[in-house]
Amino acid sequence: MARISELEASLRPPAMDMPPYPPKAITLASGEKMVVRQVAREEVPVLLEAIYPLLWVERDFYDIVAARLFGELLAYKRYRVKDEYVLAGLIDGVLAGMVNGRLVDEKTGMSYHTLTIRRGLRVGSHLFAAKMEYHIEHCKQEEVLIVAESPIGFRRWMIEYPLEKRFEVQHELGGVPSWVLPRETYYAAKPRLVAGRRPVSEELLRGAQSIVLPGEETVVRQVAGEKEGEE
Amino acid sequence: MNPVYIAGAGMTRFGRSEWPLMQLASVASLAALRHADLGDIPVDSVVVANMGAARVNQQTALGSALVDQLALVPAMAEAVENGPASGASAFKIGCQAIASGMADVVLVTGVERMRVVNGLEGTDFVASLSQPEVEYIYGVTLPSLAGMFARLFMDRFGVERKHLAMIAIKNHENATKNPYAHIQQTVTMEGILTGPEAVVNNPPIAEPLHLFDCCPVSDGAASVVLVSEGVAKKLGGTRVRVAGIGQATDTHAVQEREDPTDLKAVRLASEKAFSMAGATPKDVDVAELHDAFTILEIAESEASGFFGRGEAHVAIERGETRLDGTLPINPSGGLKAKGHPVGATGVAQLVELAWQLRGEAEGRQVKDAKLAYACNFGGFGNNVVATVLRREDS
Repeated sequence: MARISELEASLRPPAMDMPPYPPKAITLASGEKMVVRQVAREEVPVLLEAIYPLLWVERDFYDIVAARLFGELLAYKRYRVKDEYVLAGLIDGVLAGMVNGRLVDEKTGMSYHTLTIRRGLRVGSHLFAAKMEYHIEHCKQEEVLIVAESPIGFRRWMIEYPLEKRFEVQHELGGVPSWVLPRETYYAAKPRLVAGRRPVSEELLRGAQSIVLPGEETVVRQVAGEKEGEE
Repeated sequence: MNPVYIAGAGMTRFGRSEWPLMQLASVASLAALRHADLGDIPVDSVVVANMGAARVNQQTALGSALVDQLALVPAMAEAVENGPASGASAFKIGCQAIASGMADVVLVTGVERMRVVNGLEGTDFVASLSQPEVEYIYGVTLPSLAGMFARLFMDRFGVERKHLAMIAIKNHENATKNPYAHIQQTVTMEGILTGPEAVVNNPPIAEPLHLFDCCPVSDGAASVVLVSEGVAKKLGGTRVRVAGIGQATDTHAVQEREDPTDLKAVRLASEKAFSMAGATPKDVDVAELHDAFTILEIAESEASGFFGRGEAHVAIERGETRLDGTLPINPSGGLKAKGHPVGATGVAQLVELAWQLRGEAEGRQVKDAKLAYACNFGGFGNNVVATVLRREDS
């Protein structure tokens, strides 16, 4: 890492050692292979470009998720958030979705956001599960604090896992009362919710090395559906 | 009875709509009217099919609303509610008006906007068609009824989950050729059944039915213009005649049926429709069946007379119901992938078949289709309307 000034160092939060997330491959319902891998800081600008057009998509609360995620990714890039990580789902190198979160301390993780670009294939579910896998299995944490910003998220996380209430804890996303995924609940849910194979073949890994954006129009269409009246 | 013809057919794209209910209905109606190209021939009557607007859209009297919105006043107008068979019921009523000589031109439009409520409320609204004292009160939903039906049917006839998956794969593939379909996404056997990730991709909904065995919840509208023989002659071109309609009912509660795997109402409605048409199931070139759940395509294809009991899944293995098979079923993608806006579904099936018979189904066109069949399955098989359409070249 390049040398940084004393002032800059004092502006940065203290960092813990974070294990890398080993990439995995998931066969989706369509038969396509999605590689889930960790995103490096220097790749953040590409993700920001993908998120940008979603800032104004109200459907399913994409606007607030996109806006907050945009800020969280910037904070990650500029070292203004403690122990954040980002995972991306890539199909043939094309960005299908992303998730992020951070470590609160050694025992507790905090889930931030799950943003799906390619909808209808449970990409968001797979990526959220990868995020939980990272906290519990790789970072060896005891629990993950979670909130949902959309009814879809509530159904996917709170109901499907199911999560427990930890309402006395205010989540960083707006101070909303937190829910929690304890380690034992994660392992109970793992057989039905956590998928993927390791190691990922060289060929698939090569294809997922760089992040290809689907294009602004495609992103919005995939998220918000076809514009009515088009024939 | 006077002959009845379909002169025009149109629909909206199915899916999740931001349009208000009556805008959906209007867009489909105008598409059908444009397709019919009636010129200065007036519309005598408007019939609107819908199941849930009173509950989920807080709107009633849809016939009166649509006739005004389309500036068709003072045409006759009414709405029909007959559960998921509302569409074909409305179509039947439109046909009766022309067959009786009461009308020369009838616009039949089915519409539903059910994505306005969340999935739990939507499921509950559809479940309200079940028997209130012995089904609904105990939490029965349509997926749970279909799950129990599937378990019994599979045990009895040797149907396996792979056969259900084959239906899903076929109908998703067909839907990618239909620009009006809700789901434009192919699925594979590995992705939804045999691969290690399939358990996550395709979670159970009501065993043995999984996510990809169930139709989506959709918004949408579909519309046909029915005309008398006199009007059809004036319009010219390829004519689609309503050759036969049959309707039959069964017990409200599924548990009261002697054999719950016997879709008696489908069988009787189909027999009536074919008898009226002077045709047999063997004469059919293309069919649209009510596959709200994949198991229903199998069961209905047998009850409609296309295959013997316990034979449909074997025919599916042989690819007979594929678009390029001997009897293509659900070329539109069916409810499974085209979508299922409940009140619109029965009309949408007939829209697809009218296009097929006119040779206008583009990438999913069944070659030289002359006779077509539709089964609109109401309740859990307690009210079924079957329709046979025939192409008549002028």
